[in-house]
Amino acid sequence: MTASDPDKFDEMHMPDGSVREAYTGYNEWLEQQDEGWMRRKAFEAESFFRKTGITFNVYGEDDAEERLIPFDMVPRIVTGAEWRRLSKGIEQRVRALNAFMHDLYHRQEIIRSGRLPERLFRDNAAWLPQMVGFTPPGGVYTHIVGIDLVRTGPDEFMVLEDNARTPSGVSYMLENRETMMAMFPELFSKVKVCDVSDYPRKLAKSLAACAPEGAPDKPSIAVLTPGIYNSAYYEHAFLADQMGAELVEGSDLRVVDSKVHMRTTVGFRPVDVIYRRVDDDFLDPLTFNPDSVLGVPGIMDVYRSGNVTIANAPGTGVADDKAIYSFMPEIVEFYTGEKPLLPNVETFRCADHDALKYVLDNLSELVVKEVHGSGGYGMLIGPTASKKEIADFRKKLEAKPENYIAQPTLSLSTCPIFTKKGLAPRHVDLRPFVLCSPDGVTITPGGLTRVALKKGSLVVNSSQGGGTKDSWVLDD
Amino acid sequence: MLGRVAHGIFWMYRYLERAENTARLLAAGQRMALTRGDEMADQEWKSILTTLGLRNAYEEHYDEYDSAQVCDFVLRSKHNPESVLSMVERARTNARACRSAITAEVWEAVNEGWMTLRDLLARPVRNSNLNMSLGAIRRESTLARGASHGSMLRNETYCFARLGTFLERADNTARILDVKYYLLLPSLSYVGTPLDTGQWDNVLRSLSAERAYRWLNAGRMDARSIADFLILDERFPRSLVFCYSAMRGNLAELAKLHGSEGTCHAQMRDADLRLNGKTVEDIFDQGLHQFLLEFIAGNQALAGAIAEDYRFVS
Repeated sequence: MTASDPDKFDEMHMPDGSVREAYTGYNEWLEQQDEGWMRRKAFEAESFFRKTGITFNVYGEDDAEERLIPFDMVPRIVTGAEWRRLSKGIEQRVRALNAFMHDLYHRQEIIRSGRLPERLFRDNAAWLPQMVGFTPPGGVYTHIVGIDLVRTGPDEFMVLEDNARTPSGVSYMLENRETMMAMFPELFSKVKVCDVSDYPRKLAKSLAACAPEGAPDKPSIAVLTPGIYNSAYYEHAFLADQMGAELVEGSDLRVVDSKVHMRTTVGFRPVDVIYRRVDDDFLDPLTFNPDSVLGVPGIMDVYRSGNVTIANAPGTGVADDKAIYSFMPEIVEFYTGEKPLLPNVETFRCADHDALKYVLDNLSELVVKEVHGSGGYGMLIGPTASKKEIADFRKKLEAKPENYIAQPTLSLSTCPIFTKKGLAPRHVDLRPFVLCSPDGVTITPGGLTRVALKKGSLVVNSSQGGGTKDSWVLDD
Repeated sequence: MLGRVAHGIFWMYRYLERAENTARLLAAGQRMALTRGDEMADQEWKSILTTLGLRNAYEEHYDEYDSAQVCDFVLRSKHNPESVLSMVERARTNARACRSAITAEVWEAVNEGWMTLRDLLARPVRNSNLNMSLGAIRRESTLARGASHGSMLRNETYCFARLGTFLERADNTARILDVKYYLLLPSLSYVGTPLDTGQWDNVLRSLSAERAYRWLNAGRMDARSIADFLILDERFPRSLVFCYSAMRGNLAELAKLHGSEGTCHAQMRDADLRLNGKTVEDIFDQGLHQFLLEFIAGNQALAGAIAEDYRFVS
């Protein structure tokens, strides 16, 4: 038996070493497996990923070498009952996010009502004046959303971050499951796990439902990628392949007769829905960054005349801002009229004088994040930072307090990983993937579990040495 | 399909074919070097470098024609942007960029092939390992071709894959013949001297044709029958006629799929006029070198017309 640290919530083991309900079936199977055999399996997984080419490139590294995200063989498991509760909260939040985006780009009732300070979007680089007064086809802003959840106790799930812009990682949700099923087929006959494999089909269906008016019954869908050197290229190619959609680069697209077309072997053919994995800034050199070669000149004009769907809609990045995040409980309540089912992590807005004072006084206890940051960059983790790092960060914080929020260092839940010395607990988070269309909200039962591989580390980002796990929702 | 993807697929198969042909050429050269004196070996390496279009690049860096040196240059040298290693890398890059147009089986064959050859060619290849390495290059290319044959839809993508393969293959056969044409042509100086059957044998080996040729010609080794076989035999999969017959079929399929023909179809008909119904006597009357020069130029023009007709680049 593996006892867990009583101060932290371990999702598999109780402090006395007994196994929690969600993991009973898995544990029974695990106890029958030979340790040496399991160790060999770990190598097998790596070679599987290499052969399939499931790799990513790290931003800012000189050589564009492809790396693997480490994969851990111990699944991360939640029960069906836990999942049903989570889904309700996620659906409520995603509906609110869409209503919020619509309001922000139209009447801005939430600001008129005084619930949200105007400066929050005025200072927000992701805010796009080009979107004001425009409603995307089907009224959907965030077609694909990733909600990052963390857990601190048996019933304590909370939202750490909303990814409304271009959430990535869904290919890992799918490939991790394929890998697990290939390596441990008998495990899946013993434990019933909800299937995730029809995500690409649901995605294609959801995107098709958002096609612009006048598009054919079977709209033409394309995945727009920045190209093979992008860190998430594998995922772009994977999703296009799985959906049966075209994988296009900016240079394949051209605006002809007020419609977006792709250059095929028989000439230009119209595209109705673009699932873009290119940032807003690079979408249209005529409207945004004029140096961009990744986008399509004139695409924003086509978009604004309602002749193409861009998913996710430009300008949705506003909702990824961490200062906006701190208002999510108010936002959910404002648009749904309900109390939020999923709480936020307690957040101090450094723009507020009192909050700033508290944060400065307690830097060594807090996690401080840039409001526009992502990927775990530009943040301070007080408890593990050196005195110098804290002093340096203090200066940045004092110079531009509105640029930061702070959160208490959470005692994140752990889940065991497989190490040379057996199972060892590591911190995890969970990113379920949510699809929105006029037909409704679809949540795939599972998601991406990211795991900090270093003992004690709280940083799960793949760009900073995190790994992934297969995420199971029990079919119980 | 996208023009960019058609472009990527076409070249992916050209690179795979070229890597394989280069390995075959080196294996034949190595055999020649081992069985002949140093002078003949030098000649052989020079003609191989000429066939590959690498002679100038090689001579910029080296003065001598040591087997190991030549093989290292052709296979993996950083001074050689057309090395087999970089060809395999480019094939894999194209496969990655066209990932959604090929099957998982083809992708894995190309990706694993690249991983294997990258490791194999990470360090200089020793003479003792040369044959094994060259065998591995041919095997990986064969696996990719087999995976394509066994798993891909017979659609537009497949047509471009086959066009790339056979266009490259025809170019390779024509070049090998052309570089050796002076040996194949019975000239005055050869009259009365026993012809070097070893040279001819080597031409056949560099096209994996020695066995087929022996079967069909039982012991005869002369310029005309070898040229006849490599240019005009409809059964041999590396002959010019065979490659062009395959290309004609794939171009016809594209015309059928698209409901229209392009410049490349007209060029294909011109090429047919140059090849079909010809006898080896006709070719020798015209001059083998002249014939091959025109063929190689026509082959390149056809590649250009395909790229243009199917919008490979904007």
